[in-house]
Amino acid sequence: MLEVTNLKVRVEDREILKGINLTVKKGEVHAIMGPNGSGKSTFARALSGHPGYEVTEGQVLYNGQDLLDMDPDERAREGVFMAFQYPVEIPGVNNAYFLKAALNAKRKQQGLDELDAMDFMKVVKEKLKVLHIDDSMLQRSVNEGFSGGEKKRNEIFHMAVLEPALALLDETDSGLDIDALRVVSEGVNAMRGPERSFIVVTHYQRLLNYIVPDYVHVLSDGRIVRSGGRELALELEEKGYAGQVAAGARR
Amino acid sequence: MEALAASVGQGHSQAPAWVRERRDQAAKQFAQTGFPNTRLEEWRFTNVSPIADTKFQLAAGTFSNAAPLIAGVSLPGALQLAIVNGQFAADLSDLRVLPKGVRIVGLRDGARDGADGLEPHLAKTFSIDTHPFAALNTAHLDDGIAVFIASGAMVETPIHIVTVTGGDAAGAAPLASHPRVLIVAGANSHVRIAHTFVGTPGDVYLTNAVVEVVVGDGANVEYYLDQRESEGAYHIANIQAHVAAKGVFASHAFSIGARIQRHDIGVALKGEGADCTMNGVYLADGERLMDTHTALDHAMPHCTSHELYKGILAGKARAVFNGRIVVRLDAQKTDAKQTNRALLLSDDATINSNPQLEIFADDVKCTHGAAVGQLDEEAMFYLQARGLTRIEARDLLLHAFAGEVLDGVKIPELRDQLETAFFRALARDVQLTS
Repeated sequence: MLEVTNLKVRVEDREILKGINLTVKKGEVHAIMGPNGSGKSTFARALSGHPGYEVTEGQVLYNGQDLLDMDPDERAREGVFMAFQYPVEIPGVNNAYFLKAALNAKRKQQGLDELDAMDFMKVVKEKLKVLHIDDSMLQRSVNEGFSGGEKKRNEIFHMAVLEPALALLDETDSGLDIDALRVVSEGVNAMRGPERSFIVVTHYQRLLNYIVPDYVHVLSDGRIVRSGGRELALELEEKGYAGQVAAGARR
Repeated sequence: MEALAASVGQGHSQAPAWVRERRDQAAKQFAQTGFPNTRLEEWRFTNVSPIADTKFQLAAGTFSNAAPLIAGVSLPGALQLAIVNGQFAADLSDLRVLPKGVRIVGLRDGARDGADGLEPHLAKTFSIDTHPFAALNTAHLDDGIAVFIASGAMVETPIHIVTVTGGDAAGAAPLASHPRVLIVAGANSHVRIAHTFVGTPGDVYLTNAVVEVVVGDGANVEYYLDQRESEGAYHIANIQAHVAAKGVFASHAFSIGARIQRHDIGVALKGEGADCTMNGVYLADGERLMDTHTALDHAMPHCTSHELYKGILAGKARAVFNGRIVVRLDAQKTDAKQTNRALLLSDDATINSNPQLEIFADDVKCTHGAAVGQLDEEAMFYLQARGLTRIEARDLLLHAFAGEVLDGVKIPELRDQLETAFFRALARDVQLTS
């Protein structure tokens, strides 16, 4: 599904990612962990095609296609979704209207009929229930005046409606209280399946108690310094990142 | 200049003495000042020499495309009134059943027959000394439309005035028309009036309109200025309103057409407790020049005004926004707010934005804000990352930007039409830049 080879990414004048290698197969959940400034979020944003993140070297194959050659919107329509760390407030753009446009853009790409307002609402109502989201959030402007928790829930709600093949969760747990974290995690878990892969970027292992990953990778100074199973996250919780960075450096 | 000047003062010969007098006075004034030039403060950024240098011919009679043009913008359910080449076109107007409390008068016939209300109001709301184009219009004072709303009348049916300029002869000299509208709303009446300007696409012509609005005590007048002229047209409009005590006047200007546009919208709050809204949105692309000058005269105490103008500029377009607010010595407890925002979609587009507050009273609240910016790239990326193309994302953001003004349009059929026209105009820009 996703094959990242020697990915190097520059932000402004600084090289942040210094050669990432990662293979994600269908249905797998990979957690990317690491201290602040290690390049976790850069990795997610580069994969989503953010124009501020310049790829200087390496290759990313997504279902055999060159992902880096696609515009951000093409990536989205091909099934890549990023849940933003900081969802953008867009005054005057109705949340439901936007989401319907996004869903129909994807359906068009897949050769499916566009949904009208009625059919769209049917799809949406189901998802709202799972995420304990109030209908009123649909009729508000995108993220405008949303609380931190509401924004993150709205991201997961968009993900649920758009049903991506590859979901990138960029620090989705930051700013969430324990109840919101549980709700968001349930929303993600409800979407896990043999055809859908996740890359979960997080600083804390707390999230991984709820979204249990198949693999954990530790990022330090732009490189993956350790990879392992779920138990690696628990070890990190106990020992912190400092040891890992040193361990990575020794290797 | 000579061509326009030659037609000055030539009105219908049966006009009564008071009309001829106002016409002659304006003709004299215009002969003295001529077209404004960029040395004048009010015209600093708007060079009208393309107008002054064109040999226009005074438009007269109707033309074959007039009816289709009018039909193309007609609003279902509205009372339609047409002005073709400056003349009231009764045959293209819907005068069969007038809403209760509404009186429609053709200016030429009305003046000849001594219709009530014309002489006290026509050419009385502004000074021809300071508005050269309005003087030029008045110098041609001949025909047009007057709308009278009886005191206390709540007119549910929107009134839609459609103004067209054009001719049939291909290759002939460009035409000029001087449309004239008078709106008089009696005490405590309520009316919504849309005013659409159109022409044959591609045609070069001058529309030089004057609209006078008299808002009586406690009356409420909504005026929607809808400029969808040909992309080759020169469009000048002077909208001048007087608002009496507790009267409410709202103007909503929507501009997507013309080669050069100049709007002068002046509102005088002449009675205590009057309220004014002046909103507008314009889309300037290509090599268009769109100039809006607003002037608010807070002459009396306890009046409120709210002004919001939004501009979208692309290509090599230029825009001018000048918002003048005068709060006179007696106008205590004035509450005035002015906001002007513009989005520049290209590096070559420019805007000159100039708030101009002159406050002589000491117990007032006046705020103004101007902001010029680009599309929010983080918002663009967010929308794109959900699957919208760059163009779709841009249109969604521009729609949201314009929405604040479009939401103020209280005639649903007009709002629908404006939104459609707006999206079509955005596509026009895409074609130009791609």
